[in-house]
Amino acid sequence: MTTKASQDPLALSNDFVSGETNFIKVDNFKFFYGKKEALHGINLEIPSRKVTAFIGPSGCGKSTLLRNFNRMNELIPGVRHEGDITIHGMSIYDPSVEIIALRRRIGMVFQKSNPFPMSIYENIVYPLRIAGQNNRSILDETVERCLRSAALWDEAKDRLNDSALGLSGGQMQRLCIARAVASRPEILLMDEPCSALDPIATAKVEELIIELKRDFTIVIVTHNMQQASRVSELTAFFYLGNLIEFDDTRKIFNNPSMKQTEEYITGRFG
Amino acid sequence: MTSTAATSARNFFSHAGKKTSFLRLFRNHFLTGLCIALSLLTLVPLFSIVVLVIQNGLPLLSTNLFTQLPPAPGMEGGGFGNAIVGTLVMVGIALFISVPLGILAAVFVNEYASASWLATLVRFVAKLLTGIPSIICGVFAFAAVVMTTHKFSALAGGIALAILILPTILLTAEQSLMGVPYAFREASFGVGATPFQTIWRIVLPEAMPAIMTGVMLAVARAAGETAPVLFTALFSQNWIKSIMEPTASLSVLIYNFASLPYAYHIKLAWSASLILVALVTLSNILAQVIFAPKHR
Repeated sequence: MTTKASQDPLALSNDFVSGETNFIKVDNFKFFYGKKEALHGINLEIPSRKVTAFIGPSGCGKSTLLRNFNRMNELIPGVRHEGDITIHGMSIYDPSVEIIALRRRIGMVFQKSNPFPMSIYENIVYPLRIAGQNNRSILDETVERCLRSAALWDEAKDRLNDSALGLSGGQMQRLCIARAVASRPEILLMDEPCSALDPIATAKVEELIIELKRDFTIVIVTHNMQQASRVSELTAFFYLGNLIEFDDTRKIFNNPSMKQTEEYITGRFG
Repeated sequence: MTSTAATSARNFFSHAGKKTSFLRLFRNHFLTGLCIALSLLTLVPLFSIVVLVIQNGLPLLSTNLFTQLPPAPGMEGGGFGNAIVGTLVMVGIALFISVPLGILAAVFVNEYASASWLATLVRFVAKLLTGIPSIICGVFAFAAVVMTTHKFSALAGGIALAILILPTILLTAEQSLMGVPYAFREASFGVGATPFQTIWRIVLPEAMPAIMTGVMLAVARAAGETAPVLFTALFSQNWIKSIMEPTASLSVLIYNFASLPYAYHIKLAWSASLILVALVTLSNILAQVIFAPKHR
């Protein structure tokens, strides 16, 4: 288990019995913003129904990689990639892949909560409405299911038609999580979901993440190392566009095999 | 020990001595006062226009103004219902052309191809056009529409006004779209929306109040412009029957009647000014109410 994933991508395979071990597979993946190479040949396998944390100093490429899983990076002009990412063994860059369908299967929660300026109800059913689903009872069901899975049902059930912008910061972020699971994705990507939240709201979202991994494969980017150690089972440490180490979270935090990881974990740089 | 503390406290609050501090205080109050005075000064012309228009326009104000036709020169009584309808029709034609065109162009320029040469060209030309004198729009519509149809018409007037307001609508719409936070687009794309869905369901509704403010500015400008309609719609003493015939408008009526030597016609021109101001204000308020953001 003490392996550097960038060198030996298959080494993790036998250690995780629950679900697929190589649910998301990153294969010698390089990513460029214009001429700048942000990721230098990443190899990584993320198992299903686990929480995998990406840590590393700012600009290390962890968010860049995360945003490639649902191809959100392609909204930026002048980007390109080399290598491949597969989910369920299917390349996300395969010409037959519809980017719309891909994003419906992969929910995303952003750093700053971004509910739409609509009611709580409409926020959650938005992914369904754009898919053409307008059946009232299905929408109602979805709202309850999603708010329950985002641990927001009790707080929001009496104000479903109120503006989402009237919620507190923590509630808004949980609403965004509810919206992200509305289209029943298999994967949840979280890009520093708690960095704008106070400690109490953060604790709630963290609880929620641990709750959600029963149904979703979660990849979370975080600057908060305590958070990574609290919520994740696997941790990948990135530095300067390289994957330095990918291992069991306890291993990474207690006994990392790479010197750079240890220095980052103990706060000597980054 | 305490005295040094007191001294340093005094130095902290007025570090450069008493005299300078007094001067600074004085200058501060003086400049604040000056700003208030100048702000009030800018209100003077605005209020005097409104007061003057109300004072002179009110005496003739009655329902007759809306329902009757203008009197013949030298006669009294009557109103300018045809000019009100004419203005509404021509502004309507202008909006019918410019609003969809302007908003769609803004969507293209801001959402689809903001960095392309075409977008840059459109933006540049729009900015150029905002500076073009309104009479040029009139001359252009005269050459393009009146000369080809061999008729002065409400349609020609409407087209002249459409050209006049198109750049305003396009540029304000682009600004409004730009003001929609990127986070909304990201959220929408993130759940698998297409660009079209994102624009139609999220970006445009969010930008709509600001876009409408731009449209109302355009309406105010179009309703008040004389030069573009002077050449194109001309004027008419009768009710409008078709958009392909000469049509009266409030602005041309004001222009025509104000220069007539008949006291009654001059009073009518004042009343027309009042109605024009009221129409613009009313449509402004209406648009604010209708397009106010629902979720804030």
